[in-house]
Amino acid sequence: MTRTRWLQEYGVYLAVAGLFAFNLLFTENFVSAANFRTQLLQAAPVCIVALGMALVIGTEGVDLSVGAVMALSAALIPLYLGYGPLLAVLVALVVGLAAGLFNGFLVAQLGIQPIVATLGLLVGGRGLALVIAEGKLVEVRSPEFLSLGNGDVFGIPVSVLVAAVLAVGVGLLVQRTTFGRQLVAIGGNRSASALAGLPVKRVLIGVYAICGVLAGVAGVLATARLGASDPADIGLLMELSAITAVVVGGTPLTGGRVRVLGTVMGAVLMQLVRATLIKHDLPDSATQMVQAAIIIAAVYVARERSTR
Amino acid sequence: MTATTVQANRERWASLLQRQGAAVVLVVVIAVAWIAFPRFGSLGNLRDLALQSSFLLVIALGMTFVIITGGIDLSVGSVYALGGVLAAYGSQWGFFGSLLLPLAVCGIIGLINGILVARTGMAPFIVTLASLLFARGLLLAITSEGSTTFKIPGDAVFLRLGQGTFLGIGYPVYIAAALCLAGGVLLRRTRFGQSVFATGGAESSALLMGLPVARTKIAVYTMSGLLAGFAGALTAAYLQSGVTVIGVGTELDAIAVVVIGGTLLTGGAGTIIGTVIGVGLRNVIQSVINQIGTLDSNFQSVVSGGFLLVVVVVQRWLAKSRNA
Repeated sequence: MTRTRWLQEYGVYLAVAGLFAFNLLFTENFVSAANFRTQLLQAAPVCIVALGMALVIGTEGVDLSVGAVMALSAALIPLYLGYGPLLAVLVALVVGLAAGLFNGFLVAQLGIQPIVATLGLLVGGRGLALVIAEGKLVEVRSPEFLSLGNGDVFGIPVSVLVAAVLAVGVGLLVQRTTFGRQLVAIGGNRSASALAGLPVKRVLIGVYAICGVLAGVAGVLATARLGASDPADIGLLMELSAITAVVVGGTPLTGGRVRVLGTVMGAVLMQLVRATLIKHDLPDSATQMVQAAIIIAAVYVARERSTR
Repeated sequence: MTATTVQANRERWASLLQRQGAAVVLVVVIAVAWIAFPRFGSLGNLRDLALQSSFLLVIALGMTFVIITGGIDLSVGSVYALGGVLAAYGSQWGFFGSLLLPLAVCGIIGLINGILVARTGMAPFIVTLASLLFARGLLLAITSEGSTTFKIPGDAVFLRLGQGTFLGIGYPVYIAAALCLAGGVLLRRTRFGQSVFATGGAESSALLMGLPVARTKIAVYTMSGLLAGFAGALTAAYLQSGVTVIGVGTELDAIAVVVIGGTLLTGGAGTIIGTVIGVGLRNVIQSVINQIGTLDSNFQSVVSGGFLLVVVVVQRWLAKSRNA
């Protein structure tokens, strides 16, 4: 294995380990249960959305609408919370599913480029969320629902647990199912897959649907954590964070390969970068510029592999 | 009528719709708005509409070139905001400080985008995503996390660029029109324009034909950066200060109007006039929604998004029917 290939495969783990070591040595109060908890809580929504994004990118697509879908599902929660938290969550997930099916239909059936197909929902979806919520932030008071945001199970925050379960689920989906193998094949060579008789359209629609549902899950968790449904802010720029986590995690934008654990690590890395800079009193501006540098470095390394 | 003439007719209509569809819709929407809302047709409203459109138009002009080469520039929203702040910051060195500082910095960001896209073969989407973050970070760093607002002195000549009027119409409108005209000539009448189309149409053939593909790409991203920075400077001159919070999501607006204007995101085809119409349509719809008053202003993005989807679906459908 060449060095660049190795870097692409394991670079994100190396970076996480390196940053972790740096923090152990140089950051005060880094090693504490409370801090780990916060870091994981922060990384969980990005991680969940990025898992769906990894599948989409694996098919050589991209889903720009995930942030808007989060806002849309968040906007609906207060409307249905009166009928019980379970129904509210269900509605939010169904909206995510519907959004995903819509994107999938445009991409698979009509053959529209993923960027444009999902751009429509990105532009319109948040507007729709704001219209539904009448432009207001709505407080959420149901204790059962809020426990999704700040509750624990066996000492682990619910949203972290959800993210972990989903990561395992998506990992199994990619590694162990026909659907997963078909998805990767379609991303690798779409026309060959079609010629080989793979159900290209069905798989594509399925992939966008999964991505939409996961965005819905992230919308639910973000609302529960915030204690309010804020369609103007929930999921803002989430599409960029998720794409970054996926790419940094070693999934190439050209499709044909999905790195699930890498994606989780990508989400953790971006969170760790942010936390490290904040803890060392570096401002937001530095965070953004460092993130930009990481993205470029990761993609540059990935490029070496694909041209080989 | 024979089958072939029916087919030929259909093709002609399809191609006409594809090219002029947005223009037809624009005319209809304007006509309806004019009749339905007396305030819409007022000189003041039309003047505002033209002025508001001019800033986005300057950004979308650069985006049109980039998209025709088959690329995309996500950084323009941040670069636009950065350009405004730099113009206000540079106003301490007079007119040329206000103008050259944003152009230099934003041009360099565009140039780097272009070099990374053209020379390393990295995806434009990701390269410009990174510079979206970078430009916004730089902007925050200059303004100490957005807490500092740079004001342009009230007597600065630079302000006239944004606030001046000729025959009652703001300077930015003339500037945007002139830039679009120049852009149209560049695209249609020069060798450079030909390589822009060729690069987006079939990159490998363009390479085989000996066209300077890499240089063309670098040039269009540089142009896009320059134009976005310039639009920011114009906005700063209009608002008399560099506003840090503008431009979030502007890249998507710019892409949307370019696509609505009939430029194909797959590259190789597109027009400047289409982009002008796309910007007009977006802002006329926005104005109509404002006139209705009772309608939630958030509805505007719903309409824009829906409209974008309809246009793309129709484009796709027409392309299929022409190939059939």
